[in-house]
Amino acid sequence: MKKYILDLKVVENSSPHPRYCLLKLTQNSELPEMLPGQFAEIRIDGSKNTFLRRPISINYVDYERNEVWFLVAKVGEGTKTLAEVQSGRTVNVILPLGNGFTPLSSPKQKILLVGGGVGIAPLLYYGKCINDLGAKPTFLLGAKSACDLLELDYFHELGTVYTTTEDGSMGEKGFVTQHSILNQIRFDRISACGPKPMMISVARYAKAAGIECEVSLENKMACGVGACLCCVENTTEGHKCVCKDGPVFNINDLLWQI
Amino acid sequence: MADLSVKIGSLELKNPVMTASGTFGYGKEFEDFINLEELGGIIVKGTTLNHREGNAYPRMVETPSGMLNCVGLQNKGVDYFCNHIYPEIKDINTNMIVNVSGSTVEDYVATAERINELEKIPAIELNISCPNVKSGGMAFGVTNEGASEVVKAVRKVYKKTLIVKLSPNVTDIASIAKAVEASGADSVSLINTLMGMVIDIEKQVPMLSINTGGLSGPAIRPVAVRMVWQVAKSVKIPIVGLGGIMNAHDAIEFFMAGASAIEIGTANFIDPAVTIKVKKGINDWLDSHGCKSILDIVGSLKDN
Repeated sequence: MKKYILDLKVVENSSPHPRYCLLKLTQNSELPEMLPGQFAEIRIDGSKNTFLRRPISINYVDYERNEVWFLVAKVGEGTKTLAEVQSGRTVNVILPLGNGFTPLSSPKQKILLVGGGVGIAPLLYYGKCINDLGAKPTFLLGAKSACDLLELDYFHELGTVYTTTEDGSMGEKGFVTQHSILNQIRFDRISACGPKPMMISVARYAKAAGIECEVSLENKMACGVGACLCCVENTTEGHKCVCKDGPVFNINDLLWQI
Repeated sequence: MADLSVKIGSLELKNPVMTASGTFGYGKEFEDFINLEELGGIIVKGTTLNHREGNAYPRMVETPSGMLNCVGLQNKGVDYFCNHIYPEIKDINTNMIVNVSGSTVEDYVATAERINELEKIPAIELNISCPNVKSGGMAFGVTNEGASEVVKAVRKVYKKTLIVKLSPNVTDIASIAKAVEASGADSVSLINTLMGMVIDIEKQVPMLSINTGGLSGPAIRPVAVRMVWQVAKSVKIPIVGLGGIMNAHDAIEFFMAGASAIEIGTANFIDPAVTIKVKKGINDWLDSHGCKSILDIVGSLKDN
């Protein structure tokens, strides 16, 4: 897919939670096609101590409104600066980058999308694309606490939503892999995005149950286009770039101890 | 429109803007963003005799005005390059230059010999300055004897333009440059990355898998300009300058210090189209200052 460097206009930059911002961007001409699971490298303007762009996964693409959304966790100076950008300003992005999640082979496939923390971000657009095929995905979303479960209204519109929280303030108490739904429904496929320990336990569950599973990684990266070879992950075929060969990998291709 | 063409030995560049090895892949990674043929040259990823997996992750950490990397020359080896990558890049109408690295003199020689056979590769950049490999690499670039030995050996088998990439991690870069010149190099490129380190103070461990890495980006630019200036006073062969160039202004500093051409590296990560902007900016500056040619400012610096 052709990649673009674009100056996009900020339609809205809201804070659904003190630790996150939801950035909605647009441009006058039509946005390029983007696949669920792909990401953008966002330039951080006006931040004193950062240098590189920040890779942020595509949260949602609304082609009717010509908007692309990014759900950003404010983890450091770069992302905090991004959260301060006002409506009407422009943000320079390179997109779409990476491979994206595997498309559904049939609307009959029962697919489970597992997200943890800000890792839920790409699952919204993925869920939308699955929905467009006439299928209904199941979401299993986990977070520390109820207030960390973001965009739930949107997820409910697209499929069935189950939640877990570590403190029990919403859904079942515990981690996503402890949720009772996993014992009730036999899924054909699982796609996961979230903190690495979460993805490893999802991968472990999927492998034990013999379910096809892919995970979206977020290794530290510089270029975003497969040039610098900084963001590599160990695979059955040696080091591969998360930015170009991923971020989505089938768990069978990774050398995780699961 | 000023004349931007320059020569590096017998190598003719349509303009002096090239890309630095390890920051631009094999060029193809950037073809959505720029017309590659507008560049003076593309120096592709470091190539070694045998396949190298490189160092473990994490390989990169952001630093003030730059970054550290310890990729460690990950590449599939010279045979793979010749059989699979060369056919894909040989018809790009610019100078496709291969950065050659090795662990032993024999490795360098064998790799250079293979590249010498490739019709559409007009030059190599001999990397005697990679700080991220255990043996070879920078070890050759930090002594006059080591640098001479490897350059002499490669010179015997490599018939086209031989550029030697120098390490800044030395006491006297000018004396290394002189040794390299005396050993038959057509040009020197400088600087490679400066060795650095960042520590995670909570875990009390280094941020990189092999503890240290090479610092690049604008943080190192003043060091690079100073070294180009020192080397320019010491050698007659043309100099390719690099180190933290982000825009045309930065590039012009290098020309004035004595570089005949420049390479852009880390800036490609921030703006994948930066090279073309730098080329245009150099031309605009020359036009606005009444210069007919880039050669008007190569080494034009008047020292205080």
